[in-house]
Amino acid sequence: MTNKVLVYVDHFEGEALPASWEAIGAARTIAESLGVGVTAIIIGHDVQPLAKQAIEYGADDAVVADDPALSDFRPEPYADALSKAAAEADVLLLPTSGRTRELAAMTAVDLETGLSPDVIGVEVDDGLVFATRPIYAGKLLSKVVTKERKPQIFTVRSRAFPKPEADTSRSGEVASLEFEVADVPTEVLGYKDAEGGVSLTDAAVIVSGGRGVSNNPGLTPPDEITDEKEQEIWRAQQGFGLVDDLAGVLNAAMGASRAAVDAGYIPYANQVGQTGKVVSPDLYIAAGISGAIQHLAGMRTSKTIIAVNKDPEAPIFKLARFGVVGDLFEVVPALTAAFKERLGK
Amino acid sequence: MNIVVCVKQTPDTAATVTVEDGKIFWGDAPLVLNPWDEFAVEEALRLKEAHGGEVTAISLGPEDAKEALKQSLAMGCENAILVSDPSFAGLDSLQVSKILAAAIEKVGEVDLVFFGRSSVDTDTGITGSQVARRLGWPALSLVAVINTLDPTSKRLEVERMLDEGRQQVAASFPAVVSVVKEINEPRYPSFMGIRKASKAEIPIWSAAELTLDGDLKSAVTWPEVWAPPKVETECEFVEGETPEEIAAKLVDRLIEEKVV
Amino acid sequence: MDFRLTSEHEMVQKMVRDFADKEVAPIIKEADREQEMAPHILPRMGELGILGICIPEGYGGQGMDYVSLGLASEELEVIDTTLRVVISVHNGLASMTLFQWGTEDQKEKYLVPLARGEKIGCGAFSEPGAGSDVANILMTGKRDGDEYILNGEKMWISLATKADFAVLTARTNSDVSKPSEGLTSFIVELDRPGIARGDIHGKLGVRAGSTGWISFQDVRVPLANRIGGEGEGFKITMTAFDNGRYTVAAGATGLIRASLEASVAYAKERKSFGKPIAHHQLIQEKIARMARDYEIARLLYLKAGWMKNEGKRNTFETSIAKQFATDASFRAASEAIQVHGAYGFSDEYDVERFMRNARGAMIYEGSNEIQSLIQADYALGYRKDKAIRCELPPYDSQAWQS
Repeated sequence: MTNKVLVYVDHFEGEALPASWEAIGAARTIAESLGVGVTAIIIGHDVQPLAKQAIEYGADDAVVADDPALSDFRPEPYADALSKAAAEADVLLLPTSGRTRELAAMTAVDLETGLSPDVIGVEVDDGLVFATRPIYAGKLLSKVVTKERKPQIFTVRSRAFPKPEADTSRSGEVASLEFEVADVPTEVLGYKDAEGGVSLTDAAVIVSGGRGVSNNPGLTPPDEITDEKEQEIWRAQQGFGLVDDLAGVLNAAMGASRAAVDAGYIPYANQVGQTGKVVSPDLYIAAGISGAIQHLAGMRTSKTIIAVNKDPEAPIFKLARFGVVGDLFEVVPALTAAFKERLGK
Repeated sequence: MNIVVCVKQTPDTAATVTVEDGKIFWGDAPLVLNPWDEFAVEEALRLKEAHGGEVTAISLGPEDAKEALKQSLAMGCENAILVSDPSFAGLDSLQVSKILAAAIEKVGEVDLVFFGRSSVDTDTGITGSQVARRLGWPALSLVAVINTLDPTSKRLEVERMLDEGRQQVAASFPAVVSVVKEINEPRYPSFMGIRKASKAEIPIWSAAELTLDGDLKSAVTWPEVWAPPKVETECEFVEGETPEEIAAKLVDRLIEEKVV
Repeated sequence: MDFRLTSEHEMVQKMVRDFADKEVAPIIKEADREQEMAPHILPRMGELGILGICIPEGYGGQGMDYVSLGLASEELEVIDTTLRVVISVHNGLASMTLFQWGTEDQKEKYLVPLARGEKIGCGAFSEPGAGSDVANILMTGKRDGDEYILNGEKMWISLATKADFAVLTARTNSDVSKPSEGLTSFIVELDRPGIARGDIHGKLGVRAGSTGWISFQDVRVPLANRIGGEGEGFKITMTAFDNGRYTVAAGATGLIRASLEASVAYAKERKSFGKPIAHHQLIQEKIARMARDYEIARLLYLKAGWMKNEGKRNTFETSIAKQFATDASFRAASEAIQVHGAYGFSDEYDVERFMRNARGAMIYEGSNEIQSLIQADYALGYRKDKAIRCELPPYDSQAWQS
């Protein structure tokens, strides 16, 4: 297995992580520049089907290390196998995950070579892969390279590289990796569900609602609520319910503008703004928020901002990357449905 | 128990970092204990308080890089060691892990080594696992809670934060554990700790004091560093006949632009 | 002359700043609106050793120096004045008075629990009819065998309803040539029979704190509770003020900084006439003044703190520091409101609370008018420092850390 680009397929409970296919896509571009092929490596137990999938997504062939002792991921035996498989490779790519970070780290030590995790771009020059990765929490970017050592190891960030189309007509050789599973004093006992609730300041995605959220004329409050203010709050709660649904699908935290908090629609703890919480998520969706300066001060450093508002002149559109001028009571549920479908939830 | 915490000194996260002449600058911002390492120090201290023993903080850095170690002492670590040598400057994690492993072996009879999940400057999060590999010890990364620990049987049970949920793992020690912020709430240093830390003489271990195999040449180099260009946002309005159409278009664009 | 703070001092600043930021800042607006002191504040400050910061370890304290006391006061007041008021009365008026004048028995019985934060202390000097004119306070202490009987009322006492002990001054002798010679100080447990106390609400500022009145009706205290000798009360009260006043000066410095930081942040965000208002010169003038006043106030209190460390009498320096910093902090807060425009007028932002809080410090702990009189007396030579029987012990890092 000389002169190859090797790609590790990350998997959990029998399913490959889609980021593995993105890694194969990245591997293909590198392999083409180097004039070599792409081999997928799968380590685990009962993982043969993943080899076929890897080939469909672009690998030329695959190597499988299959053993009952490998059914739960443990970095030590997986690294033993990967180091054996990658010893002669030019480049080793892995998708980034909690598992692969430590796996790649150990393989790099075994093979006394360089590892650069969390890569968002690659260029090949004279047999060397120059990768771009974020540092200082993304405030800066750096170009990194591993010279004079092989394999050059990288983990690629999710969604930084396009996912190839699967071609079911592709086929390739699937070989077995011969290796001994060493005794490892680490035992996986089981899994617990991830605990719910993302904090606003930590969230990678935030969906926020503003004053406009209470304004749904199509909603009739139940008869028991006669007080006008209470009716308004009831309508707002329904509106925030839509915001919450969208947040749920995106695993996002829910935020609000000061106007919504002042009007009593939602607690102060959710307020995003100069006098609420200052946030910097990857994605910020603002529904029914006009974009007053204090709110903008609290979220302007978000990587991507999407605004949904009836008013095309709303100041928030000046900061937004994508905008929808429309009725949030229709657009927000439509987005929830569309995300559900496309993200396969 | 004999516990080691590996700590790094980094610029304050509030610092404005810029690049000038290919070098990174953080202006007047103070150098502090890497925020993720505070959780590691805290966990080490809690285990020491529960089971007895000592905590030693080790940091690899330039000769004046003592802030992170002082903060660790002030929080309650018994000892601090600065590992420093001109030949250690600017090395990658492959070499750093070699040096740290050698320092841990020199400390001797260590039960557990703690790391924070990553450092806020280089953000690689691999040094802990590499140190474990070099020492031949189990690596437990992304630990959110230590459920049980028995110094007699030398076994511990932890929960690791993976994307899919919490993985429960049992292992023997000596082991290397890197922790996430969910694990605890780091304590403030006490005044007595502050006094002790400011008076402390921190020993420096240079290359001569460590047993290092092979050369100290980085595998990974950084030919270039730059600030991402400021993108002037021009709002892209997504239109359609129905809300469903608009939503579908928007989601497609977001996927295309790798936003989701 | 080394103007740098030691790494020890920097760690103290960071520790107190982190505590105030994490544990008080999130709830302070609400506490201010409710006009109630949040219940976790005194216990937490006790646990962290802030309530005994500059008392030797041998007396239950943390053994840090007087500069650390000042630095802690500054950091606390950046978040809210009420946090620093705790230090001013518990550390400044109560603990440090015992440390300076108390017998070993009194220190063991009262100073140790105060320094450990197990008990809370306050200073009860002001009365409904006497603030600046300490010599003419009305509360009496009548000697009866081996007890004194206290009668009177104290008012505007911070932590009146929260404290366990009060250091107070009363008139024990009316037959004296100068009224100040008839005063005597005591340490009094506030659960003695005959003591009633209550809170004062409706204050313009320091609303998240506790200010109240304490009334004494035939309250009997043993001889052992007398601090110093009969007739030393005036001097003891004056030294108590020197200590409390120092923390007020340091705290007000923090308030200037808080106004400055808020103004800088807002001025960079808010735009008018096509640019951030930070680019407009009239806004720049306000910010320059705040920055300048912060530097001045800081140098003044740090010098006073250094003098305390050296065991040098610092009444003059502390008076200047307090007057300058408190006047400047009110001005800075008022200008900060102006920088914020209409938003400064709303309690959504912190600056209106800074101004309301700042106003009080110009009145208490020796009004700023009294400060001018003190300074004039020194400048004109009418007042010279004479040795007093008990001076505030200088800082001794060896002896204070057992």
